[in-house]
Amino acid sequence: MSATTKSKIKDISELNNIAKSVRLKILHMLTNAGSGHTGGSLSAADVAVAIYFSKMNFNPQDPSWKDRDRFILSKGHAAPLLYAIMAEARYFPEETLDNLRQIESPLQGHPCCKRLAGVEVSTGSLGQGLSVANGIALGLRLDNNPARVYCIMGDGETQEGQVWEAAMTAAHYRIDNLCAVIDKNGLQIDGPVSKVMNIEPVADKWSAFGWHVIEIDGHNMEQIVIALDKAESVKGKPTMIIANTTKGKGVSFFENKVEYHGITPTREELAKAVVEINNG
Amino acid sequence: MGNTAETKGKEQTALKKPKATREAYGETLLELGRKRKDIVVLDADLSGSTKTGKFAKEFPDRFFNMGVAEQDMIGTAAGLSLTGKVPFASTFAVFETGRAWDQIRQTVCYSNTNVKLVATHGGITVGEDGASHQALEDIALMRVLPNMTVIVPADAAETSSVINAIADYKGPVYVRLGRSNVPHVMPEDYKFIIGKAFVFNTGKDANIIAAGIMVDIAKQAAEILKKEGIDTGVINMSTIKPLDENVLLSVAKKSKVIITAEEHSVIGGLGGAVCEFLSENCPTPVRRIGINDSFGCSGNSDDLLNLHELTADNIVKTVKSALKK
Repeated sequence: MSATTKSKIKDISELNNIAKSVRLKILHMLTNAGSGHTGGSLSAADVAVAIYFSKMNFNPQDPSWKDRDRFILSKGHAAPLLYAIMAEARYFPEETLDNLRQIESPLQGHPCCKRLAGVEVSTGSLGQGLSVANGIALGLRLDNNPARVYCIMGDGETQEGQVWEAAMTAAHYRIDNLCAVIDKNGLQIDGPVSKVMNIEPVADKWSAFGWHVIEIDGHNMEQIVIALDKAESVKGKPTMIIANTTKGKGVSFFENKVEYHGITPTREELAKAVVEINNG
Repeated sequence: MGNTAETKGKEQTALKKPKATREAYGETLLELGRKRKDIVVLDADLSGSTKTGKFAKEFPDRFFNMGVAEQDMIGTAAGLSLTGKVPFASTFAVFETGRAWDQIRQTVCYSNTNVKLVATHGGITVGEDGASHQALEDIALMRVLPNMTVIVPADAAETSSVINAIADYKGPVYVRLGRSNVPHVMPEDYKFIIGKAFVFNTGKDANIIAAGIMVDIAKQAAEILKKEGIDTGVINMSTIKPLDENVLLSVAKKSKVIITAEEHSVIGGLGGAVCEFLSENCPTPVRRIGINDSFGCSGNSDDLLNLHELTADNIVKTVKSALKK
């Protein structure tokens, strides 16, 4: 059987508790680092937690285990989210989170696969993760390996043309061992996505490109788990989960604030945020 | 030192019909595919021209036509490599290196994935399609990327040897091939080794460091110069990154002038690489022959080579002028 060290968690309240712990880690590490992306790390937290802890086979002691499921964070600026989850899963000690963005740190500003085992590919330049996820999925299929591939993208990210090249590829090659997620928080650096460069109708676009589309509340853990299970059962085409989310989710004074895309909490804000998340 | 041999084997090779390096690529890839199941191939709707079509026909399950989508092709190739496959991704050099440069930077070089970028239709000899399709900057674009190896074979046999060598090497590689038929210049028993230049001969007066189709032209120039009493060496620097610094240093120490010859911009390619190295390690007069910071245009290969002075006559003229003869 698999060499996973964590059994998969299906209990919704347990997953929600992990998401709380992940959010706290994100906020602490960003406050320590003094720079980094707060809003988009918090918005994708619930989906990412569900993918890692309710679905994926992986082994932190053997990050390159060949039968592992793969996770690609295409929106690489949400690196703090990935690092918080990896710490939660014991890929590395929690203290390592204090090194975020420090010189020579394994926790680079955007994920670097050559510095941190368990990161599949380096990301940060938007629009590229889905292509890599497709390639991994095709490679696994050639080997008759049943492992699955997950890819989280941002909504602003889908303005990149390469995303649509990859969208065609996944449908053309009937890549059904892939589940992609759009963290649709509605905001990008320069403002609302609808104002900067409208991407609607998002669901229709992915359907038209040949994907199975599931639209959910990206903070409702039950809906997330059901969607991920459904994605696994869809055969002959890739699945896109459109997760409607709130940028900065979990901290009232960060929520839906465009300016918290790329700035970090002050010590005072951190203290208030911790109380909110613990009570949330 | 690199491989050294005088021009043995010349007689045999000169008798063979000229052949395009892309033809050799298609044939070698097919042979590799028969030997190794981990070889996979991607193309962006140019498999007939790049000659990956031969592989596609025999191994349809291991061939991925990505359509006219070079950026996605590179990312997908990187993904395939992450499952242990050895992907060869091919299209025209101008699209491979230009259109998908950031993808190569992020998912191939920065992630240090085992992707082989083999581009055809490099250089001015693309011919009639004109400037939009003539890659004259590709070597510069690839050379600047950390972790990248850059190779420009001189003829069909060297191409075959290169393709086998890079299939066994782990890491990103860019290989630049051409569209047009080229004469056989390398000796029959030559075997390419990554990072090793091939020294045809060394000269006391001048040495020409050439790559690709310019190796043959450099040999012609050296013959003319020899008749005029100017001792001129010819080196095939097929690996442009990493440069064979030992060979370069040893010939620079012995000669009065170094000439670089390439079917590429004089900025950032072989000429740039040689100047960067020599200026710091053995300052030597250098003259760069290549495309002089301009775009190409339509025309047949020979007319284009003449127009841009990528000729034996121009090399001869340049050597003489540098030596003030």
